[in-house]
Amino acid sequence: MNSHGETIIEVNDLVRRFGDRAVLNDISFNVHRGEILVIMGGSGCGKSTLLRHMIGSMKPTSGSVKIFGEEITAMKEREVERVRLRLGMLFQSGALLASLTVGENVALPLMQHTKKSPDEIERIVRQRLEMVGLTGFEDLKPDEISGGMKKRVGLARALALDPELLFSDEPTSGLDPIMTAVVDQLTLKLTQGSHMTAVVVSHDMTSAFRIATRMIMLGHGSIVAQGTPDEIRNSSNPEVQQFIHGEPDGPIPLNLSQEEHKDHSHVKPRPFFRARGRFHRKTG
Amino acid sequence: MKNYLQLNLSLLYWILIAPFTGQFFKIAPIFRQMVFIGVRAAPMVALTAFSVGVTLAMQAAHSLESLGAQMYIPDLVMITLLREMGPVLIAVIVIGRSGSAVAAELGTMKVSEEIEALEVMAINPVQYLVVPRFLAMLVMLPALTIFGNYIGILGGWAVCRFALDFNTAGYIMRALESADTWDLYSGMIKSAVFAWIIITIACNAGLNVEGGAEGVGQATTASVVQALLAMLVMNAVLTGIFFFAA
Ligand SMILES: Nc1ncnc2c1ncn2[C@@H]1O[C@H](COP(=O)(O)OP(=O)(O)O)[C@@H](O)[C@H]1O
Ligand SMILES: [Mg+2]
Repeated sequence: MNSHGETIIEVNDLVRRFGDRAVLNDISFNVHRGEILVIMGGSGCGKSTLLRHMIGSMKPTSGSVKIFGEEITAMKEREVERVRLRLGMLFQSGALLASLTVGENVALPLMQHTKKSPDEIERIVRQRLEMVGLTGFEDLKPDEISGGMKKRVGLARALALDPELLFSDEPTSGLDPIMTAVVDQLTLKLTQGSHMTAVVVSHDMTSAFRIATRMIMLGHGSIVAQGTPDEIRNSSNPEVQQFIHGEPDGPIPLNLSQEEHKDHSHVKPRPFFRARGRFHRKTG
Repeated sequence: MKNYLQLNLSLLYWILIAPFTGQFFKIAPIFRQMVFIGVRAAPMVALTAFSVGVTLAMQAAHSLESLGAQMYIPDLVMITLLREMGPVLIAVIVIGRSGSAVAAELGTMKVSEEIEALEVMAINPVQYLVVPRFLAMLVMLPALTIFGNYIGILGGWAVCRFALDFNTAGYIMRALESADTWDLYSGMIKSAVFAWIIITIACNAGLNVEGGAEGVGQATTASVVQALLAMLVMNAVLTGIFFFAA
């Protein structure tokens, strides 16, 4: 089934509940060295939660996640740290440290985990920022740059230690089409020659089909479809077709009311402004 | 409570054990926190301590006058400041100013995924964030207390010199004679214990925030209230141990 050899990530029967709601329900898939796996799915369907289970920052209700052949769900903190030195993660929000400058953010993993000289660190930081098109922004603080720029700094930081495995949570949301292409090119280039493996969460279909070697679509907590980009494009599943073509009408439910949307039925409507209607403006 | 104990254990590990395994603290962040926690609080501490010194001297003058024992005013100012008012009031200032700021800062980092990002970069948040704040607080709170004691004594002197007929040399002689070193040391031990309480409660509140900006606000308020209560109870316990049981 794979042409790349070694399995880097192995997820088996992963289940995660928050309260009595299963956000991830029986998820299984593998990722092989050198692949780019794209995870798609509507907002709130559990994509970020799935990534968090793969990096060991959330524990599953049941099931197994193996990274580099080791079970991450059963590891002690020390062992998880050892695995994390080999992976990089770009968070959906960027998650830059607000008290540090852009340059210091990218330098942070290098300063903490290597014995490189300040000059060498500065050179690497400049090179990583150049890769994401941010030359000369080293001295700005995260609150002085735009959302898309934060994302790219987050990517530069994730790449600082030359990871074997990269997780990107919506790397291209908030980027213009040209910057999106730059980031996609970068991801492709880094995975060439099986140097790096990447798991990318994306809503952006152009970008997803440009980079993916395999794709997974999530919906109602499980995998709706998975396969190569061609298999997904030609999928007969109407949910997949609706999602990749961005059509408003189709089998994917619009959450019109809580009764219809069983996923959120545990949330009780709360009356506020007691007797009056919900958004009733008090008059007179 | 479980989180709090875990934080303390982890803190002890990073301070007492990790340095011997080659992971020594970085000095620069400790200094940055010392400036923030300590140096910037100095003006407020000075104003508070001066007012307290003045108040103590006036109260002492009032009470001791009827006994014809006004010469003991410096004793009273000195002992009350060193043993009780100095450590407690300066801890109150530092809780309100630095403790709350630390809780809010770490809480904001928690809700904006910064703490999680540190963990994913294999950087321990206790080592990276809590240790420098803890060491800075452990140095600066006793230092601020000594500083505050001086200013308080100056306040007492101002009353004695300008409102009563003490001369400066007399005030200093009397003050120095009345207190022994244990009065100073007991106050220092108190403020070191308070430093521990204040910073661990603030960091714990921040690191365990849930629920966005609202959660940060609640955690900050809770940390101030908890730190005040814990500090005052601990003060009673320590006074009991130092001056009652012995
Ligand atoms: N810590 C948490 N506690 C409770 N519910 C959570 C938590 N994290 C995520 N969820 C829920 O899991 C669902 C999926 O969230 P998320 O993975 O962020 O979605 P996505 O990234 O696909 O937009 C959401 O309905 C969210 O409410
Ligand atoms: Mg998400």
